[in-house]
Amino acid sequence: MTDMTAVPADLNALKDLLAGLDRRMSALEATMESELSAIKEQLPEDKAAIIVFSGDLDKMIAAHIIATGAATMGLETTLFFTFWGLNALKERRSLEGKNLAERMMALMTPTGSKELHPSQMAFMGAGAAMLRQMMKQKDVASLEDLMALAKEMGVRTVACEMSMEVMGVRHEELREGVELGGVASFLAEASKARVSLFI
Amino acid sequence: MSTISETKTLDAQGLKCPMPIVKAKKELDTLSAGEILKVVATDKGSVLDFQGWAKTAKTAKLLDQETVSEGGRELYVHYIERV
Repeated sequence: MTDMTAVPADLNALKDLLAGLDRRMSALEATMESELSAIKEQLPEDKAAIIVFSGDLDKMIAAHIIATGAATMGLETTLFFTFWGLNALKERRSLEGKNLAERMMALMTPTGSKELHPSQMAFMGAGAAMLRQMMKQKDVASLEDLMALAKEMGVRTVACEMSMEVMGVRHEELREGVELGGVASFLAEASKARVSLFI
Repeated sequence: MSTISETKTLDAQGLKCPMPIVKAKKELDTLSAGEILKVVATDKGSVLDFQGWAKTAKTAKLLDQETVSEGGRELYVHYIERV
């Protein structure tokens, strides 16, 4: 540490003192800058990351209401579909090249959002029709409307490749515009997101 | 009655969550900074929703909200400025 109270004996001593101060200032600035950028790196951004694990109609509706709401609020939103949630993304059923278990899974799971059942009161399919009818009567947007809206608003749709593999779901069975990803793609978004949910 | 003069009015009557804010955002995006969107909704939840939206969204500023009784029902009116 330079003794600031000591008066320099001559001009050269003063120059040295200033040069020393200048060096310390620059070093301090560099440290501050790197520390600030490290802190910035840790701060969340205007993002929302939602895992859609459930293939239940009611939970699927909730996930899409939140996703469209988040997009409206200016959050860059990503929906990660995994396990039963994948059923909502299916557009066609294909049995080609699948083993017995995979074929059974394909036949016994819904193909697309319209075949989903609610988590409560499924009643062999009557529950879904009832819930949809009740929502329609009350002018609530349908799941299909919400899904189309989410797409239109730029909500990203990522399907978990590992669970697709496990469930025997092929990429060509899913609707257009679905990206494939893994846990790291979710965590990369979630660790930067202000909102992160598991539905 | 509010004295704010809006640039555009959005009829959001009958719409349920999340449609009033979704439609409002779409309309607001077509306005220029400083212009004002008036939204008329019948969804009671829209009062808190518009407050929450304006708090988070960077392009929306909530100027005023009022409840108007019309024909035996309540209308929830929101005035949003495009920032």
